Amino acid sequence: MLYPCTVLKNESVAPGVHLISFEKLFTFNAGQMVSISMSKNGPKRLYSIASGDSESILSVIFDIKPGGALTPVLAMLKPDDVIFCSKPQGSFTESVEPAFWIASGTGIAPFRSMFRSGLSNNKTLIHGGRFLHSFYFQNEFIIMKNNYIRCCTQETGPGIFEGRLTRYLSEISLPGPDFKYYLCGSAEMVVDTRDLIISRGVPFKNIISEIYF
Amino acid sequence: MESLFGKTLDQLTKIALDNGLPKFTGRQLTEWLYKKHVTSISDMTNIAKKGRERLEEKYTVGLSQPIKVQTSSDGTKKYLFTHGSKRFIEAAFIPDDDRATLCVSSQVGCKMGCLFCMTGKQGFQSHLTAGEILNQIRSLPERDQLTNVVYMGMGEPLDNPDEVMQSLEILTAGWGYGWSPKRITVSTIGIIPAMKRFLNESDCHLAISLHSPFEEERRKLMPVENVYHLHEVIATVKEWDWTRQRRISFEYIVFGGLNDTPRHINELVRILNGIKCRINLIRFHPIPDTPLHGTNEETLQYFKNRLNEKGVLCTIRASRGQDIYAACGLLSTKELLSHEQKDY
Repeated sequence: MLYPCTVLKNESVAPGVHLISFEKLFTFNAGQMVSISMSKNGPKRLYSIASGDSESILSVIFDIKPGGALTPVLAMLKPDDVIFCSKPQGSFTESVEPAFWIASGTGIAPFRSMFRSGLSNNKTLIHGGRFLHSFYFQNEFIIMKNNYIRCCTQETGPGIFEGRLTRYLSEISLPGPDFKYYLCGSAEMVVDTRDLIISRGVPFKNIISEIYF
Repeated sequence: MESLFGKTLDQLTKIALDNGLPKFTGRQLTEWLYKKHVTSISDMTNIAKKGRERLEEKYTVGLSQPIKVQTSSDGTKKYLFTHGSKRFIEAAFIPDDDRATLCVSSQVGCKMGCLFCMTGKQGFQSHLTAGEILNQIRSLPERDQLTNVVYMGMGEPLDNPDEVMQSLEILTAGWGYGWSPKRITVSTIGIIPAMKRFLNESDCHLAISLHSPFEEERRKLMPVENVYHLHEVIATVKEWDWTRQRRISFEYIVFGGLNDTPRHINELVRILNGIKCRINLIRFHPIPDTPLHGTNEETLQYFKNRLNEKGVLCTIRASRGQDIYAACGLLSTKELLSHEQKDY
């Protein structure tokens, strides 16, 4: 079931990447997602919520898929336009244990939601991207200081780790067995990262993954 | 050039009309493609020569032969097909007495990332078109021996629903291959919206990858559990009538010390209560770098027997083609993709 929502804001956060914010009709837990469509029975896609659980709006981030059924249209939305949104769903939600939050690309969305919901105290956020502009919301995450790691594969910059996030993870010592690992992003990143940390002794039961499909 | 093979009657009729050919040419095309098995447009001799020439300017039949075959000691064969110029898919032909099953792929790679699956380790490269799915059947040397087709090869079929549904339409339509839907099984890990569409639009059998009746445990094995919860999948299944010819089965890879306990048996019985179904127990075929291992034979037999005693029909699926990596969960063309690493 989809519900009509009024669009409040459409921001370009990087080339080809948008953050749209709209009316919040239902409460949610940080890390959940919603289905979005342009009509009640039109094609719909799942998006992780990128806003905090106590905010009055609901935001999602997406990159425009050329030729896609939905994202090119979403990118054109203006305030007061109407979209259709489901109730929040999903269980990629936070626990209170210390954890790594590991994301690639727009997989940062659920972690931004958790961050803005006040859940970042004992967390380390590792974000992988191809370009310096791929680190969406870095101005917000920067207050996590040394617990915010950006891994860039195509460009270099101050405070940026050069290379894939899997390389970063292979070069650091991993903490004890109580640590959880939340992974969100492409199938390639999730599978590679999961294999790597399992090979380094992390029990697979400590790994919670969400893959964008 | 665009392929004609893999198109529906409606699509072929539109192509005929768009190219100035009579409407009935659409049906003629289906006969040449799906019944007479031609390999070139020029062989479609009941279509006017000028019409064929017009079609040949824009279209090709679009078949491709397997480029490699491996044969297992148990008779299973694994066929390698190209997808474009640099990607590959596999299909497994499994002869068994009077049955011969083909396990077809629906995607190059897979996005689902299940912890126990070799295909998942190569990530996702592409969806297959209906024509590419059907070409695995059409270009199989043993095509005429086939009794069953299962969509259990590379990829999650219901992550590619448009092309999978189109391929099923062509396989089962009278103008297509005319197969009974009872000879076809589509497997899914439980993508609920596409599963509902499949159940509404097709009469083919459904197989659901279950692997644990406990959601917290299942989500460590299968990331999709974070999106579509098992209890919602089961509730969806219960909305359909399974007491007639259409069958539903649940696939359950049995891992040692993980999902092979009496607690799991009891929970399986509880959640499947009221569904006329079968559980297929599958031996785990180890893949590189996996923290999982298969259960022992004694536990496997106990698991099967207890489920049967509790009224849930349960069988153990024979492992086939393990020596050529054609068995369940082992299909992969990752090694052939080394030039194509996705950045992240």
